[in-house]
Amino acid sequence: MIDYDPATYSRILTGLTLGFHIIFATIGVGVPLMIALAEWTGLRKRDPHYTLLARRWARGFVITVAVGVVTGTSIGLQLSLLWPNFMELAGQTISLPLFLETFAFFFEAIFLGIYLYTWDRFKSGWRHFLLVIPVVIGASLSAFFITTVNSFMNQPQGFELVNGVITDINPLVAMFNPATPTKTAHVIITCYLASAFVLGAIAATKMIRGNRHAYHKKALHLTMVSAFVFAAATAAIGDLSGKYLAEYQPEKLAAAEWHFETEEQAPLIVGGFLTDNQEVNGALEIPYALSILAHSNPNEEVIGLNEFPESDTPPLYIHYLFDGMVGIGIYLLAISFMYLLIRRVKPAWQYNKWLMRGIVAGGPLGILAIEFGWVFAEVGRQPWILYQIMRTPEGATTADHVDIMLYLFIALYIALGVTATVVLRRMFKENPAAHELEQRYGDRGDDT
Amino acid sequence: MNLEILGMGVLWLFLYGYMIVSSIDFGAGFFHFFNKISRKDHQVNSLIQRYLSPVWEVTNVFFVFFFVGIVGFFPSTAYYFGTALLVPVSISIVLIAIRGSYYAFNTYGAKDSRIYSFLYGATGLLIPASLTIALTISEGGYVDVSNGQVRLLYGELFTSLYAWSVVILAIISVLFISSAFLQYYAHKAGDDNSYQLFRRYTLLWSLPTILASGLVFIGIRQHNPEHFSSMLDIWWIFGLSFLFFALVVYLSYRGKRLGTAFVFVMLQFFSAWFGYGASHLPWLLYDELTIYDGFVNQTMAWSLIAAFIAGFLLLIPSLYLLMRLFLFDAAYIRGERK
Repeated sequence: MIDYDPATYSRILTGLTLGFHIIFATIGVGVPLMIALAEWTGLRKRDPHYTLLARRWARGFVITVAVGVVTGTSIGLQLSLLWPNFMELAGQTISLPLFLETFAFFFEAIFLGIYLYTWDRFKSGWRHFLLVIPVVIGASLSAFFITTVNSFMNQPQGFELVNGVITDINPLVAMFNPATPTKTAHVIITCYLASAFVLGAIAATKMIRGNRHAYHKKALHLTMVSAFVFAAATAAIGDLSGKYLAEYQPEKLAAAEWHFETEEQAPLIVGGFLTDNQEVNGALEIPYALSILAHSNPNEEVIGLNEFPESDTPPLYIHYLFDGMVGIGIYLLAISFMYLLIRRVKPAWQYNKWLMRGIVAGGPLGILAIEFGWVFAEVGRQPWILYQIMRTPEGATTADHVDIMLYLFIALYIALGVTATVVLRRMFKENPAAHELEQRYGDRGDDT
Repeated sequence: MNLEILGMGVLWLFLYGYMIVSSIDFGAGFFHFFNKISRKDHQVNSLIQRYLSPVWEVTNVFFVFFFVGIVGFFPSTAYYFGTALLVPVSISIVLIAIRGSYYAFNTYGAKDSRIYSFLYGATGLLIPASLTIALTISEGGYVDVSNGQVRLLYGELFTSLYAWSVVILAIISVLFISSAFLQYYAHKAGDDNSYQLFRRYTLLWSLPTILASGLVFIGIRQHNPEHFSSMLDIWWIFGLSFLFFALVVYLSYRGKRLGTAFVFVMLQFFSAWFGYGASHLPWLLYDELTIYDGFVNQTMAWSLIAAFIAGFLLLIPSLYLLMRLFLFDAAYIRGERK
């Protein structure tokens, strides 16, 4: 057993809570947009299939929202419980976005309640559709605000630190720091992407099982078109994030790429492993690619890890996370593109089993990429909790019993995860779409 | 009025808001489970469900608002309360998590489960009990601050009359506030059985409420005489609270103007809550931290206030819409409209 060290346990517990929360948070940000798209399409095409799609997605969404809300409350309180020293310092500068996040969430919560309970209340469907717009806006805005807090931790600014005392504070400068644009854009778009794939995976599963109901085909098509758009946008924003890192946090990029020597025409390293004397083995080297990623110029110099004292560099395993995240991103872009391409040139293969399997895999992979990306971003700024201002252990609590709390929360998250899965499965198994369509619209749909 | 008091006043108002809406919610969850196992009229439960479903998420946000706000306005509270309350607040988080999610699993999931409804019913009474520890320790004497360490003194806490009296008051108030609201809601829905049931509950819980309040007074006198004497300085506000309480009991007993009766419940707790809060000042944590030494810098304070006003301009119409559609829509309450 390791000796009791509150800082280590605080890190594990925070990581656990965030890791569990972001599964639901990702869905919470992305799915409202997909619901809105489906309802809108349904109204525009006067097609009850899409309306039912929105309705059923919304019903499942409530379950995930509940878990998202309660784990979000956990992490909100744990910030003060586990990192009291950090919050005492950072509270002076970041309470504004934290506060605004709560407002955005409040706004979303009110309208989600209304949206869910007014499906049959208005004569015009458009009126009901209007209610989902504040939900989409609230969800994305809360992701925006909370990510600015994280951006601040990566790129603290908007204050002066004179002998350990914070002065000259400007909350807006702190909020709109150089990390904010790329980070917030990347977080929001990847939430959309992962959610589109999670929903797409459900439809593709139906195809594999031979359920060729038009309802599921429409669901598949809607999600894959959206996923392709989001994946392309993710690639573009990811590129900007690389350039941001090269300029502001070069050691994070260098550690991600195992780039030790500062050099021009730097190659990108994919995969491989590191020997004890820090030699890279078995990796694929793409010449110039890192220089291009960092500066859009193959001849530009990229700063290497050796320029930094060892006490200031992150652990080198983040390379695998970076590769995993990027690899999955490319996979999602490719598979959604394949679907669109096949549909165009060879419609007979549109529901080909292998293609469908590829899409099904995209659901969990998308969530996995979100996890990889987060761990990479967070571990990549170690040893700092506030980049170049406060080291992580200095921010942690000194309280006893953090270890027991860790076990308590592990038990809680297992219980919540298992029950949510059971409930969601039962909800849709006991009431398949075809059955609900017949009940609501007297339409069995086609079974081609 | 200075910014510190304004900030604390606003936060205190939020906590008050949370106290009222969560009490309705927690109590309703408890009654829902209790009526289910005692096989009371099924109508009662669908009434409760109709109220709870659209608002449960909103309730939680009031709480989040408070704890984000207090760290915003008074960052040092994160250091003192955050360190001292690791265990009790973690337990509260777990309870809140179980309650919120099992409520959703039970209500929106495929079938009504007795275990799920037990989990969200029982946790509803434990959450207020566990959260009151934060209030209790603010009286001082339960926390040891020395050698740069903040420690919660469990021995002192668990053997303290004051601590237990607050827990008892919290649980009883939840049942009282909730039944007073549901008696009004049931009456409006024209559901006579439920109305009679909740009227009985309201009257049943009224006496314990006032006894428990008395107990808290005795507890404070013993534990923190300085606070008790500043409470005596504004004794009239507690007198006013008692007057509102008497009116609630009278109106419920006569079965008249139940909406007004619930407004009186709100006023009863409002005056007691603000009386307690005002007499507590300037201390946030007695003897260690005042609202003045823990306050955020001025720039941030102003931007928080600006955000507050902007946020409220957005929220008030939205909340109004929510209430119009569900709380004050007679057809919805009666269950004629989905």
